[in-house]
Amino acid sequence: MLECRNLTCVREQRVLFKQLNFVLCAGEILYLEGPNGVGKTSLLRLLTGLSSAYSGDVYWQQEKIVEQRESYYQTLLYLGHKSGVKPELTALENLQYFQRLYSTQANADLFEALLMVGLVGYEYVPAAQLSAGQQRRIALARMYITDCKLWILDEPFTSLDRQAVKALEKRLVEHAEKGGLVVLTTHHELSMPESAYKRLILSAPTEEELYV
Amino acid sequence: MFDAFLQVIRQDLLAASRHKSAVLNPIWFFVIVVTLFPLGLGTEPALLSRIAPGIIWVAALLAALLSFERLFKDDFIDGSLEQMMLSPYPLAWLVCAKIFGHWLLTGLPVLLVSPLLAVFLSLKMDAFYALFLTLLIGTPILSLLGAIGVALTVGLRKGGILLSLIMLPFSIPILIFSTMAIEAASFGQSYLGFIALLLAMLVGAITLAPFAIAAALRVSVS
Repeated sequence: MLECRNLTCVREQRVLFKQLNFVLCAGEILYLEGPNGVGKTSLLRLLTGLSSAYSGDVYWQQEKIVEQRESYYQTLLYLGHKSGVKPELTALENLQYFQRLYSTQANADLFEALLMVGLVGYEYVPAAQLSAGQQRRIALARMYITDCKLWILDEPFTSLDRQAVKALEKRLVEHAEKGGLVVLTTHHELSMPESAYKRLILSAPTEEELYV
Repeated sequence: MFDAFLQVIRQDLLAASRHKSAVLNPIWFFVIVVTLFPLGLGTEPALLSRIAPGIIWVAALLAALLSFERLFKDDFIDGSLEQMMLSPYPLAWLVCAKIFGHWLLTGLPVLLVSPLLAVFLSLKMDAFYALFLTLLIGTPILSLLGAIGVALTVGLRKGGILLSLIMLPFSIPILIFSTMAIEAASFGQSYLGFIALLLAMLVGAITLAPFAIAAALRVSVS
């Protein structure tokens, strides 16, 4: 269970959001919505513990995440704006690295994962020679080998074609059905049924809320 | 846990093997700077062997500085740095692996070409042994200290000059003790005391620097 209590985020002395509370239980997908600059990425980074909040805390299984980083990160898969794919390494080498460094299914098949994201035939090509969408797919292939429960995805659909978006949405629903948690932001309209996800709409703070 | 350590090193070496110029440039720089001195100062062996320790060490320092750009910058740009922070292994441990990999690519080549440079500068055999030992102990300290500076400046767009301002003052003790050890060796005196001091610095750096680097990285990336 992922929980935010009284989370306030301040950037450059401007309040992005104030006193944010929500609880996300196993099997739920949270779809973060809002215009540019409203603090979606900042919220996701707070949830991962990469940055720290002005006030308030994030809890995982009733414990603060900053007090249990290593065990929290065993259950966390985060895909940010920057994909973390090394351009010098091939698709397969990148995936091998992810497999060794993050918790994955014991019998994960890397070729199978690359097949699922449509990178067959590109296993041994350095990522730098692939297109933006294909590089994105290397990072997304992690979703087929991971055994992390909590997925935090920042704009996962960027530079993907329509089919890939569909496959990815299917994967998200599958993961939720197995009891996983997903938090994602995107400007795409999700094609999965409304009942499959929860929506959290961030809006810009009013004039008097803007400064601390 | 050890597997993760090896994996990080492996990834760095693999990436470096496909990006050869970035690895070779600092070492070329090192060799060329050292060879410029005999050309500028004349080839009198007595003079050269007297100033050799200082030249080689200062050149090694500058080469190290040049190589630091690669340490965390690429990882920061492509996002693997933030991914590294989100791995279930302690960040300080992975940072150790990163630095060890970096030393293999920059410190070790300096060690390997040092015999050649000793010949260039007509260094005596005893002095060369001391030079080799000080480089062996000193270059890892440089890597560890420099990594703190890199971690602090990695988020800045033009951190290069700031990095040298942070790092060079801290490397003065290493420079002093190393050159004193080599000087003592060239006079036939015992230099074990200086080596012991350098070793103490190395132990201190290995035990403390990774935590400082990890903390600095968390600040830079947030």
